Amino acid sequence: MTGPIDASSLAVKVWRGREDGAYQRFTVPRRANQTVLDVVTWIQRHLDATLAYRFACRVGMCGSCAMMVNGQPRWTCRTHVAKVAKDDALTLAPLDNLPVIKDLATDMTGFFDKWQRAGGRFMPREQPPADFAFVPPQTRERRAVDAGIECIGCGVCYAACDIVRWNPEYLGPAALNRAWTLVNDVRDGAGAGRLSLVAGDAGCHACHSQESCREYCPQHLNPTAAIAGLKRATAMATIKGRL
Amino acid sequence: MSVAAVTRREARLWLAQRASAAVLAVCVLVHLVLIIYAVRGGLTAAEILGRTRGSVAWLTFYLLFVAAVAVHAPIGVRTILREMTDWRGRSLDHAAVLFGAVLAAFGARAVWGLFR
Repeated sequence: MTGPIDASSLAVKVWRGREDGAYQRFTVPRRANQTVLDVVTWIQRHLDATLAYRFACRVGMCGSCAMMVNGQPRWTCRTHVAKVAKDDALTLAPLDNLPVIKDLATDMTGFFDKWQRAGGRFMPREQPPADFAFVPPQTRERRAVDAGIECIGCGVCYAACDIVRWNPEYLGPAALNRAWTLVNDVRDGAGAGRLSLVAGDAGCHACHSQESCREYCPQHLNPTAAIAGLKRATAMATIKGRL
Repeated sequence: MSVAAVTRREARLWLAQRASAAVLAVCVLVHLVLIIYAVRGGLTAAEILGRTRGSVAWLTFYLLFVAAVAVHAPIGVRTILREMTDWRGRSLDHAAVLFGAVLAAFGARAVWGLFR
C-alpha cells in the first residue's frame, strides 16, 4: 500500500471510518495539473477500492466533492494539489460540522433540511401573475439575487462556520444566503413570513460576521453580506410590526 | 411562547442591542476624550466634581450612557452564555434582566454622586 516517497509522489493521509475512525496513509504519484479529487480517485481505483467519497460532475458545478483539505473546506475537483500540498503532503477528511457516513462521505441531510427550514423555496403569490414578471437587471433587488444565486450547495461554508459548530440549530450560511435571494425575488409571495423563519437564535441574528463563509466559498459568494441583509430586513419588519 | 413570538422577541432584542451600540459608540468616545482631557490637564477630583455638580447636561449625558450600557450588556452576555453554555430559557432571561438592573442601579448611583 505504501511505497518509497520521492519527489514525484505525494504522502496522503485520508480519514477512514466514521467519527471514531483514524487516518490512513497512502502514497500517490504526482501528476501535472492534478486535483485533490484526482488524488482521492487514484487511491480508490489503485490502492483501496473500499474508500468512500462523493463526486459527480468533476467541473465545479454539482457541489458534491467538498471535503477538508489540510484542515480547510474545499471543492476538491477544482483544487489543484500544487496549490494546497505542503511538503508534498495532503491530509483529507470529511467536511466539518456534518455527521460522517464513511471515510470522506458526510450525511448532508441536516444541511439541506435547514434550507427548507429557512424557507428556501420559491413561494408563489396567491393570484397567479397575468404575465411574465419583468425583472430589470439593474434593480437593487435583482443585483442582490444575482450576488447569491450561484450557490452550488457544496457545504463548504457550513463546514467553515464557527456558529454552526457552536449552535447545531443555526441554519448556516448557505440556507440563509438562499433565503436572502428569495427575499429579494420580486415574484416571491412569502413576505414577512419568510423573514420570521430566518430571524432569531437559529437564524441570521446568530451570525457574528466572522466571514469564514465568504473566505472559503468556492463560488466567491458572500453569505455574510446576505445574512447582514436579512438582519436589516428583519429589523425593518420588526420596527414596522410586520414580523 | 409560540415560535413566532420567540422570533419577534429575539429580533427586538437584536434591534435594541444595535440601537444601544450606536448610542454607546458616541458615549464611549466622548467619555474617553474626557478622561484624556482630565488627566492631561491635571484636573483634581475636586475640580472635576466642581464641573459636574449641578450640571444637568453631564447628568443627562451619563444617564444616557448608563441606560445604553444597561440595555446593551445584558443582551450580549445572554447571547454569549447561550452560545458557550447550555443555559437557556426563562432563568437565563431573568438573570439577564437582573444583570441589566444591577448595571443600571450602580451606574445611576455613580452618576448621581457626580451631580449632587
